[in-house]
Amino acid sequence: MARNASAWAARAGLVTTVVLIGLLPVRGADLSEKLAPCLSCHGVEGQSQIEDVPSLGAQQPSYSLIQLVMFREKIRVADPMNEAAKDLTDGDLQSIAAALAALPAPKPPDDPVDQTRLERARAVTEQNHCDVCHRPDFSGQQTVPRLADQREDYLLKTLREYKGGTRRAYEPIMLEVLQPIGDAQLVEFAYYLSHMR
Amino acid sequence: MNTATWRSRVLGLAAGFIVLTAIPGILAAQQPAVNPSPPEQPPIPPSAQPGAGPGSQPMVSPPAPSAQTPAIPAPGQAAQAPTPPPSWQQGRPEGELAAKLAPVPALPIATAVDKLPATKLKLPKNFNIEIYAAGLTNARSLRVDDKGNVFVSTRVIDKLYAITEKNGKKEVKTLATGLNSPNGITLHNGTLYIAEINKISKIDNIADQLDNPPKPTVFYDDLPSDAPHGWKVLTVGPDNKLYFNVGAPCNICMPSDRHAQIRRINLDGSGAEVVARGIRQIVGMDWHPTLKQLYFTENQRDWLSEDSPHDKLNRLTQPGKDHFGFPYCAGGDMPDPQFGWGHTCDEFTKPVAQLGPHTAPLGMRFYTGKMFPAEYRNAIFIARHGSWNKSKKIGGDVVVAKLNPDGTVKSIEPFITGFIVDNNYIGRPVDMEWLKDGSMLLSDDYNGAVYRITYGPQRVSMGR
Repeated sequence: MARNASAWAARAGLVTTVVLIGLLPVRGADLSEKLAPCLSCHGVEGQSQIEDVPSLGAQQPSYSLIQLVMFREKIRVADPMNEAAKDLTDGDLQSIAAALAALPAPKPPDDPVDQTRLERARAVTEQNHCDVCHRPDFSGQQTVPRLADQREDYLLKTLREYKGGTRRAYEPIMLEVLQPIGDAQLVEFAYYLSHMR
Repeated sequence: MNTATWRSRVLGLAAGFIVLTAIPGILAAQQPAVNPSPPEQPPIPPSAQPGAGPGSQPMVSPPAPSAQTPAIPAPGQAAQAPTPPPSWQQGRPEGELAAKLAPVPALPIATAVDKLPATKLKLPKNFNIEIYAAGLTNARSLRVDDKGNVFVSTRVIDKLYAITEKNGKKEVKTLATGLNSPNGITLHNGTLYIAEINKISKIDNIADQLDNPPKPTVFYDDLPSDAPHGWKVLTVGPDNKLYFNVGAPCNICMPSDRHAQIRRINLDGSGAEVVARGIRQIVGMDWHPTLKQLYFTENQRDWLSEDSPHDKLNRLTQPGKDHFGFPYCAGGDMPDPQFGWGHTCDEFTKPVAQLGPHTAPLGMRFYTGKMFPAEYRNAIFIARHGSWNKSKKIGGDVVVAKLNPDGTVKSIEPFITGFIVDNNYIGRPVDMEWLKDGSMLLSDDYNGAVYRITYGPQRVSMGR
């Protein structure tokens, strides 16, 4: 078991996770086996490289836990996630959520940013109180997710799903607050949130 | 503004309904914690209230005549005031503490039985609380059938549960899954009725099918599918019709003619009628045992201020005619800053009581049992789920409203307190139901638990 764990960690290069694993309710090797498929898509360093797949590093653990339970119970429908979560216990999901939270926060893309566009979008997020629940640095709090430096494509997809009513919300706050906001603005939100420095 | 002006304005607005003024932090208060608004006197500040000690949570409305006077500027003052913020910014919190406000949803995993907070809750003398059942993630509405089976709904997940008892051993069964926020349940002649966001269904003879329940049969679905405030409360009236709410799909907006209302339908789904309008969201309803009138809790809008508007206890006296004010008038006394122009709150049906700002009163049930002392007979127990849109949390308790013979509210007193510790929830009460012996069941969606409250000599194993 221990050898499996260290071999996996060496492959993944995830020293921080391994340290953390020792502290979690699910035994280290067990968790690493369960976490590996998550990280293969969502990114071993907390940063996803795959289109429409979110980065989960430093995500609020309560938010991740809620989403994982919703996937397991098929309350939120996304086939790969429903399949991945279906046999996991409450304890597994809690451990995975905690391990994701301990990964590094995602980083913004290197490309040059349009400061005027960022500033304009920032003002609109304030007008809509986004920064109250999600916090001014968009690191989130408790069950409210971190959005800072999330992938732009995933942010826009999610905003459109909430707006269009196709993503089931746990607590339907986002459905409510997005009602008066048009699609062009969603594009700007996604740009701003994905380029925070 | 001078005091006389303030007083006349506030009393004009407050006249006719009760104001919940103070909930003591500890239940020293057998005394009423509430003052009926006397017609000729200003409201008493909480510091002057009996039972309102230093640990009390001020819940004043109208606010005490102090720096917190209502936001109605006197002539002359308005000219000196800075330019008001644009409408989107009104109510926007400033400051570090306020900027952390966010809804507090329960986690989708129930709390382990040995971690439940029952022993930390405070009740009046000779009342006892124990854990009735645990492991019911997101436990919401409660209903008991005549065999003692307890039915439990959920809101943020998709399940219905039943708690059954066999040879003294309780068992939690999952009756249905895949439901769309099935908050509203009620029982009538052995049938379990279930209200989801966009449909109402039933399972006949539920007590005989607990081990292998059929899929609920949908018989009414002419409903909006909006998730915000789309969850429902369901009750059967003395007219044998089902009553339920269709909430406003927003914090504040002009609702369509299909929203912000109470409807009733026949038990087969026919004959739909709107019986009340102007209701933002209802989260508890029950029928007065003798007057046979519908009482209901109504949650008011967010982001106006820390101390307003008050959530309400309403009474339907003119079915088909009553309009309770949304979105024009909030809390029964406050014209909405956006939609209130050209209206006064006097146009609308007043609440029978104000229940505190942002306190989120949910389940409310009349007590008709015999276990509790006579003073509780026909009183309304109200579960206040507790605030999120307020930097110092309030609510998080069960209060009891005692009524006058004409159905107006005589007093409101705390009954179960202690769900808020250091400005955090350790549990959140949702709904009450009565067992045959007159004891109370209380659901806690934050912990996924049901508690039982009895009256009588203290038990040694209290809470465990």
